[in-house]
Amino acid sequence: MIYEVFRQERKGQAFQHAGSIEAADERFAEAYAREQYGRRGESVALWVVERGSIMRIDEFVDELNRNYHRVDGYPLKEKLKEARERAGTAAPRDR
Amino acid sequence: MSERAQLLLEIADDELILGWRDSEWTGIAPFLEEDVAFSSIAQNEIGHARALYELAARDLGTTADALAFDRKPEEYRCCELVELRLPEWERTIARHVLYEQADAERLELLKASDDAEVAGLAAKIDREEAYHRLHAEMWHGRLKDEPRYVEALEELRPLVDRRDGHTPELAPLWEEMTSVRRSQPAGTVW
Repeated sequence: MIYEVFRQERKGQAFQHAGSIEAADERFAEAYAREQYGRRGESVALWVVERGSIMRIDEFVDELNRNYHRVDGYPLKEKLKEARERAGTAAPRDR
Repeated sequence: MSERAQLLLEIADDELILGWRDSEWTGIAPFLEEDVAFSSIAQNEIGHARALYELAARDLGTTADALAFDRKPEEYRCCELVELRLPEWERTIARHVLYEQADAERLELLKASDDAEVAGLAAKIDREEAYHRLHAEMWHGRLKDEPRYVEALEELRPLVDRRDGHTPELAPLWEEMTSVRRSQPAGTVW
């Protein structure tokens, strides 16, 4: 079984994915996680979770392309370029 | 030699020789996670040996390195269990389980010792050994119904307390273990 390991570097910090380990059951997973992600003082805590227990979501339907839902919904680059041309000023990096 | 130095050497030799034998699995364990875990255990054992030799060396007016590598094979005080080359995984695990049981009992006695230095070192070592025991117990749980493992436990159990001599396997191990050190004149600073 594959177990995913998340580690916390310092108290209060967010857990970050550290890697994965292969282990026969939870006891082995604990031992191997301690060995590989904890024994050098690099973590104050670990989360060890069997890969199958993780819900993965990777499809985000946006059939009507409603890009105004997203932060990149209002591209300014083109509009800014046109405005600069009208005003006769170059973009900052070209000055 | 004082009783204390003898006892320290006995344990240190057990840990050094077992650390060596366990390290023979580095790179060839049954799977990578176990390779990392078992190599780390082997390295811990050698670390324990070093701490014990240092304490003994102070009593005996010598150095930890001299005690570890400059004695003759017949001067080592380790038990026969740790000397064997065991290239079968189930036999290695059987030795690991037997050793950790015996070592746990020994550490309990040492932790209760009136000798503060010995008791303190035993407590330190025991904190690492707790993970070795966890590792040994989980493998025992996995293999306890395998006939070859059960057979290995029976075969190796009598060797835990056997310290009156050595198996023929110690001498070749010693040759290899000390060859680099012996390649230079005594007293060489490495």
